[in-house]
Amino acid sequence: MEAISFTAVGLGLIVLGAGIGIGKIGQAALEAMSRQPEMSSKIQTVMIVAAALIEGVSLFAIVVAWLVD
Amino acid sequence: MKKELLIFFLLLSGITAQASAVDPGKEEPMDAFGLIMEHISDSHQWHVIDYTNRRGYPVHINVPLPVILWHNNSLWFYTSGDFYHGNHPLPLGDDYVILRDEHFFITGQEGVLKTDEAGNIINASPLDFSITKNVASMLMSMALLLLIFLSAGKAYARYGMAPPKGFRGVLEPIILFVRDDVARSQISKDKADKFVPFLLTLFFFIWINNMIGIVPFFPGGSNLSGNISFTATLAVFSFLVINVFAVKDYWKHIFLAPGMPFLIRFLLVPLEFIGILTKPFALMVRLFANITAGHIIILSLISIIFIIKSIYIAPVSILLSLVMFMLELLVAVLQAYIFTLLTALFIGMSTTKSEH
Amino acid sequence: MELLTPSPGLVFWTSLTFIILLVILRKYAWPSILRALKVREETISFALEDAKRANEEVEMMEQQRKKIKEEARKERDLILKEARRMKSEILAEAQDTARAETQRMLEKAGRDIEKQRKDAMLEIRNTIGQLSVEIAEKILKEELSGEDKHKKVINSYLSEINFN
Repeated sequence: MEAISFTAVGLGLIVLGAGIGIGKIGQAALEAMSRQPEMSSKIQTVMIVAAALIEGVSLFAIVVAWLVD
Repeated sequence: MKKELLIFFLLLSGITAQASAVDPGKEEPMDAFGLIMEHISDSHQWHVIDYTNRRGYPVHINVPLPVILWHNNSLWFYTSGDFYHGNHPLPLGDDYVILRDEHFFITGQEGVLKTDEAGNIINASPLDFSITKNVASMLMSMALLLLIFLSAGKAYARYGMAPPKGFRGVLEPIILFVRDDVARSQISKDKADKFVPFLLTLFFFIWINNMIGIVPFFPGGSNLSGNISFTATLAVFSFLVINVFAVKDYWKHIFLAPGMPFLIRFLLVPLEFIGILTKPFALMVRLFANITAGHIIILSLISIIFIIKSIYIAPVSILLSLVMFMLELLVAVLQAYIFTLLTALFIGMSTTKSEH
Repeated sequence: MELLTPSPGLVFWTSLTFIILLVILRKYAWPSILRALKVREETISFALEDAKRANEEVEMMEQQRKKIKEEARKERDLILKEARRMKSEILAEAQDTARAETQRMLEKAGRDIEKQRKDAMLEIRNTIGQLSVEIAEKILKEELSGEDKHKKVINSYLSEINFN
């Protein structure tokens, strides 16, 4: 029971971190896009790549948590 | 429009309620977790529909699929119906084989399974090359893709100059998007066009399988692109393309880390080397987790109706799952795009000659 | 755990399917589609280029026309100016010529008058001489006495007939 709850806390932390990270990326991308609307498509691509990389790391952590559990 | 939708859902929930009212008592507690697991994992038959006929007997309609086993250096063919009907083992050369929880195990004639203390079955398994639900759905997607793109290719060869009509009008922006915004924006100019066919095939293959996975009834609903085997295979293809076409500079960058002090180089080289493997690993896990999570959420929302056993929750639950279906449609194309984009990005990184 | 274990069968079928798709689509679908898209793009860009070139040509011709017009105007102005200048020149020349002619004629007239005057004087002198001689003859004929007196008279006559 304790181990399961630890995993759950870990998963929560992972989601928290990923959420904050992707949120910050979204914020920065929105600000950049509103400042330079003509660059939006390029910014969007870079934003998605960066978000995907963060997501990759967090999924990696989730899988590890799952395997350790 | 909104009002009509609401009325539609109320009607739909009414039908569901009637159906459950007709159902006689003797209800077991609902096993939502088991149901979800059953839906997102592979199976050797294709489940179509379950209902209770007029005489009160439950009817299960399943499409039996071919079973192909590799045992003692030869292939054995069966139909999966034989394994599901009756639980007796079927002969496999000198041995016998039995299907338990979608896994084949080699047993004696009596079909006895040995288990260890934890309850895990320790019998040996033959190599399973069966056309499972996922494989059947994948073959269907292949047929669809071939149908779409071979006819489109023929049409382009004939009327290439004319503006696209009908289905080609839908395909063309996507093809152009993959070519211009995925391949050409990530890979250096002279090399981009070489990878466009691979990226296009990858994109459409993932996308169509994501879409088939969303379809909730018979020739859909397989969780193929949320299956780790599928995503792992595609990640291996990406890995091969990324590394086979890599230029010398890329390897030099990884193994020599030029322009770095010795100690940092000592740290950096193993990290970079692991990076070669983590890139496709992340691709694999991302697609798997996103699609599986989507399926689990939709199934959970539907299961709420049967767990709470109230018709009043049905409209809420169906509306929520409708929203999730919309989101899944977006995720289906987004994940195909991200998989392709990141593959293109990594190809771009490995095929560019570095400046320093 | 079950979910994270790849099954060899599905891996095999996925690889097979993907390779078949890749090979067939790469051979029969993508080249014709991509070629058609490329050809169309090139055609469109060529057409745009052509239109741009034609436009530029029209612009250039327009400019040339303007230039020619401007040149013609300038030439006209020049010619007019020249004509005006020539007119005034001719006028001045004519005036000069007229003045010179008048002068010449006046001089000639002066000379003629002088000559005639001189001729007349000469004639008058001759005539006077003759007359004097005749007078003297007459006087001599009539009065041979008192020569001094006569002489005085002659002299007074002569001084009276001073033409200058």
